[in-house]
Amino acid sequence: MSDSLLWHRLQFAFTIVYHYLFPQLTMGLALLIVIMKAIALRTGDLIWNDAARFWIRIFGITFAVGVVTGLPMEFQFGTNWARFSSFTGGVIGQTLAMEGVFAFFLESSFLGVLVFGERRLSARGHFLAAVALFIGSWLSGYFIICTNAFMQHPVGHDTGPGGVLQLIDFWALVLNPWALAQYAHNMAASVVTASFVTMSAGAYYALQRLHVDTAPRFLRLGVIAGFVASVLVAFPTGDTQAKLVARHQPVSLAAMEGHFESGPAAGIVLIGQPNVRERRLDNPLVVPGFLSLLAYGTFHSDVAGLDQFPEDVWPDNIELLYYAFHVMAGLGTMMIALTLLAGAAELRGGLMRRRWLLWMLMLAFPFPYIATTAGWITAELGRQPWLVYGLFRTAQGASQTVHSGTVLFTLIGFAGLYLVLGLLYLYLVGRELVHGPSATSQTHAGSPAAVAAHDG
Amino acid sequence: MMAELWFAIASLMLVAYVVLDGFDFGAGALHLVVARTDAERRQLLSAIGPFWDGNEVWLLATGGVLFLAFPRVLASGLSGFYLAIFLVLWALILRGIAIEFRSHVENPLWRAAWDAVFSVASTILPILFGTALGNLVRGLPITEDGWFSLTLFTNFSPWGPVAILDWYTVSAGLFALLALTGHGAAFLVWKTDGPMRERSRTAAMRLYMLVATAWPLLTAATWWVNPRLFAAFQQRPLAMMSALVALAGLAALAAGLRRQRDGLAFLGSCAFLIGMLAATAACVFPTMLRSVVNEGWSLTAYNASAPAASLDRGIRWWAIGLPLAVIYFVIVFRLHRGRTSIGSGDGTY
Repeated sequence: MSDSLLWHRLQFAFTIVYHYLFPQLTMGLALLIVIMKAIALRTGDLIWNDAARFWIRIFGITFAVGVVTGLPMEFQFGTNWARFSSFTGGVIGQTLAMEGVFAFFLESSFLGVLVFGERRLSARGHFLAAVALFIGSWLSGYFIICTNAFMQHPVGHDTGPGGVLQLIDFWALVLNPWALAQYAHNMAASVVTASFVTMSAGAYYALQRLHVDTAPRFLRLGVIAGFVASVLVAFPTGDTQAKLVARHQPVSLAAMEGHFESGPAAGIVLIGQPNVRERRLDNPLVVPGFLSLLAYGTFHSDVAGLDQFPEDVWPDNIELLYYAFHVMAGLGTMMIALTLLAGAAELRGGLMRRRWLLWMLMLAFPFPYIATTAGWITAELGRQPWLVYGLFRTAQGASQTVHSGTVLFTLIGFAGLYLVLGLLYLYLVGRELVHGPSATSQTHAGSPAAVAAHDG
Repeated sequence: MMAELWFAIASLMLVAYVVLDGFDFGAGALHLVVARTDAERRQLLSAIGPFWDGNEVWLLATGGVLFLAFPRVLASGLSGFYLAIFLVLWALILRGIAIEFRSHVENPLWRAAWDAVFSVASTILPILFGTALGNLVRGLPITEDGWFSLTLFTNFSPWGPVAILDWYTVSAGLFALLALTGHGAAFLVWKTDGPMRERSRTAAMRLYMLVATAWPLLTAATWWVNPRLFAAFQQRPLAMMSALVALAGLAALAAGLRRQRDGLAFLGSCAFLIGMLAATAACVFPTMLRSVVNEGWSLTAYNASAPAASLDRGIRWWAIGLPLAVIYFVIVFRLHRGRTSIGSGDGTY
């Protein structure tokens, strides 16, 4: 791999991983905010409305960082991956443009309405703004996943004039089975992130004995949504995703599992280190048969090992791919266990009394971020050495007119800028957290209090 | 036919971007001038607050449309301007953060720092965009295979070994700064009240005076640098009509400012920008990235477009999506109609 290709890849990887720390929270929070506002609207319980307003403030700060770190993503297709863009624009340009037109306009318009509009709108109108924001942010996720799914499993295209890709079947692209599975998996994970953050804030207040009305609500919502979503991440969405990888990218599956030799009744690895030079797994701890089950639904199916494939189609970083996959799967399992434990405690009425459990819930919020990042590293490294699977190699895609030192320069620039952004973000979210949800101070248009305030 | 249509769509969306994000760039460039106290600065931010993020989406949507319809233009243009594009991105990042983070902390130093970032970034960006447009009009060192890369400057001449900065492109950048700052001032006259409205009116008059003086000069320079545009202008009714729209816009702006009809003045400012950019687009068509090495190597709407099948699929969803976007904008502008006063914000900005 040439130097410049490495820097191009690292810059994209760094900026996308960093960017996605923010949308994974806002997309999940958008759903939780809709739920909180719906409960407030149905029950008239204003504490839920205060809770929603608190999370809308966090949402606003997170969304801002998500927006500004998202800008470079779209531009880097052209700046750093110019040859890839020329080749695929006729297909993935569609889904990227659709993201802008269908999702970003909706999202950006109604975030303003949600943040600024509480006094101008009725309670129902404000709820609808939250729904519009939810739809916008989840649509945006869909179009970006559709773009990625085309790179993982190209459909609906053929080669047009000039040897570039063209779109033949619009609905095949938009309803790519890979996209559907990946979207469900990813969005469930995003709800896990938001739930763990909500839960963590609730546990923090409970441990501090602050905001005694809101803390149990944060905890209950976080635990229920977190449990449901983390189960959904594993089954059926993660399971479906694994079967798609087994069918369409068997060499990636072999690399993810460090499965060097083919054979029936392949086991799943709990612990072990891939040793690519020796073509084996060091100190493995294996549960027999489970990889066959995961990939093909029976304990004794054959699972192709890396030995079945020529080395030039092996993912180019098998070690990192293997670790990323195992970190994701391991943390996913732990998150199911933790939310199950918290849920059981809550059912027996004792979550608020078990301080050790509250401590765990408070400190657990990084897990979904790590698991999601590891999951995306798995997806993207598993796709290597291809940019578009089976069609176009990563090495063919980078911009030729940009020198490697220039890319390193912008990469370092991003590292510095994003460090500052991250510190500012943590500072501001920390302040909101310390300030906490405040009691209803704002009223809706048309309510007696608003009219009185206006007349006064 | 499809290539023409997509050229028109991309131009239309770019014009929408300049007109919309232009007013919040302009307001930002004037931030330290027309808004002097903390309360006034919050008033200014509240005036653009509900809009700026949606406005910026037009840039992304335009990029998306270029990607889908003219992938080679996007690829060659963005990689050729590599460092300049990252300068734009970093300025956009810092500016967005400044707007959103400034009022979260009640500390005068914190706020002063972000005010400066907001204002400086809002001043740099119109210059960068104007310079970019100047580069497209002047032409780029595109080689036979359709790629180029540019240095920052050579000898500041728009002929010979061209670079990003020369006297023509820098003039275009400064003109863009004048025009968008005037546009931002007209927006503030329309959307604010109190002392800020008065200061913005004065600023708008002075800035547009300069714009009206510089416009013919820049036009003459443009014809000198790219004589083909002059020939195209004489043959294309759309270009002439657009120029008339721009003139009418200037007249409406002057009348609106003088008679205190603030809505009319802002509309006039929009019409000026629309007319000017539409005339440029109508003159350069079908060229998108002009090659100064050999006109035949230019990337045009015909030779750089995506395959017809893609253009054809794309137009169907675009025809549904764009009206939706326009509806959202109408809702947001209606919901936030009226002027922002000091202390009328809800504490977000």
